Amino acid sequence: MSSQAGIIKRVNGSLILAQGLKGAKIGDAVYIGELKLIGEVVRISGREVALQCYEDTSGVKPGEPVIGTGNPLVAELAPGLIGEIFDGLERSELELWRLTGPFIGRGYKVASLKRDKKWDFEPRVKPGEEVEEGDILGTVQESSVIEHRILVPVGVRGVIESIEEGRFTIEDPIAVLRTRDGRRIELRMLQTWPVRIPRPYRERLPVSEPLFTGQRVIDTFFPIAKGGTAAIPGGFGSGKTITLQQIAKWSDADIVIYVGCGERGNEMADILTHFPELEDPRTGRKLIERAIFIANVSNLPVAAREASVYMGVTIAEYFRDQGYHVAVIIDSTSRWAEALRDLSGRLEEIPAEEGYPAYLAERIAELYERAGRVVTLGRDGRIGSVTVMGAVSPPGGDFSEPVTSTTLRFVGALWALDTELAYRRHFPAINWLRSFTKYVEVLEEFWRKHEPDWRGYREKALALLEEASRLEEIARVVGEKSLPNEQRLILLASEIIREGFLVQNAYHPVDRYCPPEKQVKILKTILAFYDLASPLVKAGVPVDRIRSLGSVVELLRLKEREKLDDIEKAFESVKRDLEELRREYGIGG
Amino acid sequence: MIKLPREKAGVVYRTVREIRGPLLFVEGVRGARYNEVVEVRLADGSEIIGTVLDVYEDKAVVQVFGHTGGLSLDAAVRFTGDVMRIPLSEDLIGRVFNGSFKPLDGLPEPIGVERREVFVSVINPAAREPPSEFMQTGISVIDGMNALVRGQKLPIFSEAGLPHNVMAAQIARQSTVLGAEEEFAVVFCAMGIKHEEYEYFRREFEKTGALDRAVMILNLAEDPVIERILAPRIALTIAEYLAFELGMHVLAILTDMTNYCEALRSISIAREEVPARKGYPGYMYSDLASIYERAGKIRGRKGSITMMPILTMPGGDITHPIPDLTGYITEGQLILSRELEARGVYPPVNPLPSLSRLMKDGVGPGRTREDHMEVSNQLYMAYSEGVRARSLARIIGELSLSERERKYLRFADEFERRFINQGVYENRPIEKTLEIAWDLLAMLPEDELIRISEENIRKYHPRHRSA
Repeated sequence: MSSQAGIIKRVNGSLILAQGLKGAKIGDAVYIGELKLIGEVVRISGREVALQCYEDTSGVKPGEPVIGTGNPLVAELAPGLIGEIFDGLERSELELWRLTGPFIGRGYKVASLKRDKKWDFEPRVKPGEEVEEGDILGTVQESSVIEHRILVPVGVRGVIESIEEGRFTIEDPIAVLRTRDGRRIELRMLQTWPVRIPRPYRERLPVSEPLFTGQRVIDTFFPIAKGGTAAIPGGFGSGKTITLQQIAKWSDADIVIYVGCGERGNEMADILTHFPELEDPRTGRKLIERAIFIANVSNLPVAAREASVYMGVTIAEYFRDQGYHVAVIIDSTSRWAEALRDLSGRLEEIPAEEGYPAYLAERIAELYERAGRVVTLGRDGRIGSVTVMGAVSPPGGDFSEPVTSTTLRFVGALWALDTELAYRRHFPAINWLRSFTKYVEVLEEFWRKHEPDWRGYREKALALLEEASRLEEIARVVGEKSLPNEQRLILLASEIIREGFLVQNAYHPVDRYCPPEKQVKILKTILAFYDLASPLVKAGVPVDRIRSLGSVVELLRLKEREKLDDIEKAFESVKRDLEELRREYGIGG
Repeated sequence: MIKLPREKAGVVYRTVREIRGPLLFVEGVRGARYNEVVEVRLADGSEIIGTVLDVYEDKAVVQVFGHTGGLSLDAAVRFTGDVMRIPLSEDLIGRVFNGSFKPLDGLPEPIGVERREVFVSVINPAAREPPSEFMQTGISVIDGMNALVRGQKLPIFSEAGLPHNVMAAQIARQSTVLGAEEEFAVVFCAMGIKHEEYEYFRREFEKTGALDRAVMILNLAEDPVIERILAPRIALTIAEYLAFELGMHVLAILTDMTNYCEALRSISIAREEVPARKGYPGYMYSDLASIYERAGKIRGRKGSITMMPILTMPGGDITHPIPDLTGYITEGQLILSRELEARGVYPPVNPLPSLSRLMKDGVGPGRTREDHMEVSNQLYMAYSEGVRARSLARIIGELSLSERERKYLRFADEFERRFINQGVYENRPIEKTLEIAWDLLAMLPEDELIRISEENIRKYHPRHRSA
C-alpha cells in the first residue's frame, strides 16, 4: 500500500482542497485532517487535489494533513454482513452506537465486519484440487437461511495446497493456494472490492422469472423480473416508502438490501425495529436473516449518500456471485442525485438542468446497469441476479424534472405513484394508466403455470380500467346517472377491480401478501362477473340492482379470504344471484 | 449571548476585506476552522457572532448572525477555535431568549451544567426508537384521521391569514398521552413572525400555565434575518437536552419555516451559489433535514421531541420548494384550506392531502381502539367521494346526481360540519371522535363501508350497537 501525504488548503463544507498527495488517483480513499475523516479524491488539477469528505468537516482547518491510502473506497465482504445496519461507508451503526452513544460522533474508525467473531468454515475443495476465480472454497452457515459461500477471489487461480476446517475469524487464513508461477497465496474469508467498479461475471443472461412480491398491482399488472430494474416515483405522501417496504418484506429474493439514502430517521428506525420480528411467508424464518440495511439518513453528511448507493450494490453483487437472487431497494435515488449536485456545485462545475451536473444521466445509467441476471464466475456455472428498485422523489410531484425523466429512460418497469389515489387511501397508489413494464413477455412463462390465459386476463382488466377512466371523464361532466347502463357496468367493474384487486392493505394479516394462484383467481372471478352481468345489463337489468347484490359486494372482500375455496364459493353465489335476476327480468338464457 | 468556551480566547483580526450581505470576507487569518464561531466587534462596541462558512488558505468567509448595519471594514473579528455551543441546564425552562441566545426576560445570562454543539447533532438511526405513543390533541380531524405520535414531526402547511397559530396553541394546550402523567415542556421558536403573533402564543401559554414549562427563542419580524438560521438550532439543542438528558417530553413549535428558508436563500445568493429551484439552494433539503430530523426518541432514554413546524405556503402553492422539501422530510403534514375556512369550519384542516405517516404505529388495539385505522381509511374514502360529488353537483346540479352520489354529498357536508368543525377550546377524547365518525358513516349504505372489517362493523356500527 503506497501512502501519500498532503496539506489542506481549503475547507468548504464537504469539499476539501489539498496540496501534495503526489500520485493520487481519482477515487482514492483519503484520511482528512487530524480527525482522520474519510474522503475520496474527486478531481486533480496540477498540484491541487479536490477531496469529497464523507463526514462533517466542522473544525477542520487549512494546514491540517491529508493522508492518501492509494486505494479506492472498498466494501468489506465476508460473513457478518447479514442482519447488519451500516452507514454509507459500511460502518456498523450498532457498533458506533456502542462507542459514541446515541448521537453520531466523527472520525471513529469502526471495522465494517466483526474481527473477533468466529465462523464455522466448511471446505468444499480438497488439497491438490485446481481452482479458479469464483469457485466455492467453502461455506459458512451465516444465518438459518443464508449459506455464505466463500469464493476464490477475482484474478486468482491455482492449486489448493492446504485448506482448513473449523472455527475462524474472517481474517484467519483458511487455505493456501499455489499459483501456476509458483507463488503461494493465503486465502481468508475477508475480501474487499472497490464500490464503484462492477464485480465481474461470466455471462449476462436475459431475465426469465419474476421477482414475486405478493403485491397484486405489481405482480399481475406491472411485474418486475429478477435481474430487472424498476423506478417508483411519487410526490411526498404517495406511499413510496411503504410500497418499497412491502417489497422488501414479501419479495421472493434470497437476500434483500435496503439502502435508506437521505430519508427519514424514524422510518429507518421503524424498519430496523419491525423487520426482525417479521416472518418470511415462504420460509417461516425471520426476515432479518436475509436482510442487510444501509441507513444513511437525511441528516447524515450529504457526501456519504453518494457512496451508500454503490456500497449497497457492491454487497448485492457479492451475494449474486455466490449464486443468490438479491433485491436492492434504494430509497431514494433523488437524494443520491442531490448529493451529486451538491458536490458538483462546490466544484463549481457548469450545471445542466436545475443545477444537476451534466453527467447525471451517465451516473443513473451506470447505477441501474449493475442490475442483471448472470452466470457467475467459477466453474459450476451458478446463476445469480441483482434486481435494483429505486424510489424517486420528484420535486412538486413533477415527473418531468431531471432525475425522474432520466431514470425512466433506464428502467424496465415504472410504478408511477399517484397523489390523488393516495388522498383516497387507495394503496399502493400505483397509477395503472401511467405505469409500465417491459417484462410481461418474459414473465408469461411463470404465470402460465398458474393460469394458461394469464396474459389475456391481464390485458382485459387493463382495457376495462382504461375504458372506465375515459368514461369517468365524461361522467365528471354529465354525471354517472346520465351514462348508458352498459357504460355504468364498466364503471362498476372497474370499481370492483380497483377496490377488490388493486387496493391492498399492508397491515391486514391476510391481504398484505397475495400468492400468485390467489391473484389469478380473484382477477378471473371479477372478470367472469363482468362477462355474466354484461348480457343482463344489455337486456335491461339496471346496474344499481346488480351493484346492490350482496354477492357483488362480497367480490370486494375476496382479497381478505384466506382460502381459495372461499373465492370459488363467492363466485358461485354471484352466479346464482345473476341467474335469479335473469329469470326475474324474463331474459332468455 | 453565546458564551464562548475560553473567555476572550482566540485570535483577533482586523482584516475584513469585503462585506457582502451577511457575509464577511476576512484575510490573513491563520488556522481558521470550518464552522468555528467568531465574534465580531463593531466600532460602537457592540458584538455579533458568526460562523466560518468557507476557509481557503488564509481567507475565511464568515456569516454573521445579527444586524449588519454599522459594520465596517475595521471591525475586529475574533476566531474562537471552537464550534458553536450553548450552556444548558434545567433553569432554561420558563425563560425567553433572542435568536442569538441573549436573554430577553431581563434575567442574567444562563450558566449551564453542560455545553452542547448547536449545529451538528445527528441521532444514530440504529439508536432511534420508533415513535408509537398516541398523543391525543383533542382535535377530531387530527386524532381521528391524522393521529400524532410522540417523537413525530408533523408540520402545518398554512397560508397567510389562516388560523394556524390558534391551532398550534390548541395542540400545545390539549396534547396528552393516554394514561400517562409525565414531565413535559414546550420549546417555542419564532422566526420572523409578527409581534402580535408572538403575543398570542404567550397569552395562550400563560392561560394554561404552559408558560412556566416553556422555553422561548424569539426572532421576530424586525430582528436580523440571518439570526433565523441560528434560532431553530438553538431551540432544538435546548429541546434535545430537556428530552434526552432530563427525560422530558418536549413539544417543539417552529414558526414560520418559510422565513427560515428565505434567510437560507439570502445567504446562498450572497455566496453566489448555483440555485436549484426558485433561487433556493440545492442543499435546502439537507439543511431542513438537519433541523427536522432532530425530533424523535432514543432507545433507553425517557424523553422525546415532538415537532410541529408551521409554514405558510407562498401563494398557497404546495409544490413550492419550501412545503415540498418539508413534506419529503417530515412524517406527514396537516394542510389548512382557505375553502374550509370560508365555510366557517375550524380547524380548517383539509384531511384529503393531510397525512400522518406514523399514525399506524400509534393507533389500534391496545393503543386507541381496534377500529381506529379502518374508520380513518373509510372516512378518507367517503369524504373524497363526497368532494367529488360536490364538484359534479356544481356542474350538473344536485338533482342530476345519482342516489349514491347524493348520499356522499350529504355525508361530506355533515362531515365538515360535525367532525372537522369544533371549538377552539373543545377537547374531544378519542372515543368521542370515533363516535362522531361512526354516526356519520352510518349515513352511508353499510355495504359501502369496505375499508372496515366485518367484525368491526358488527361491533361499532350504530345500527348494530343499538340492536
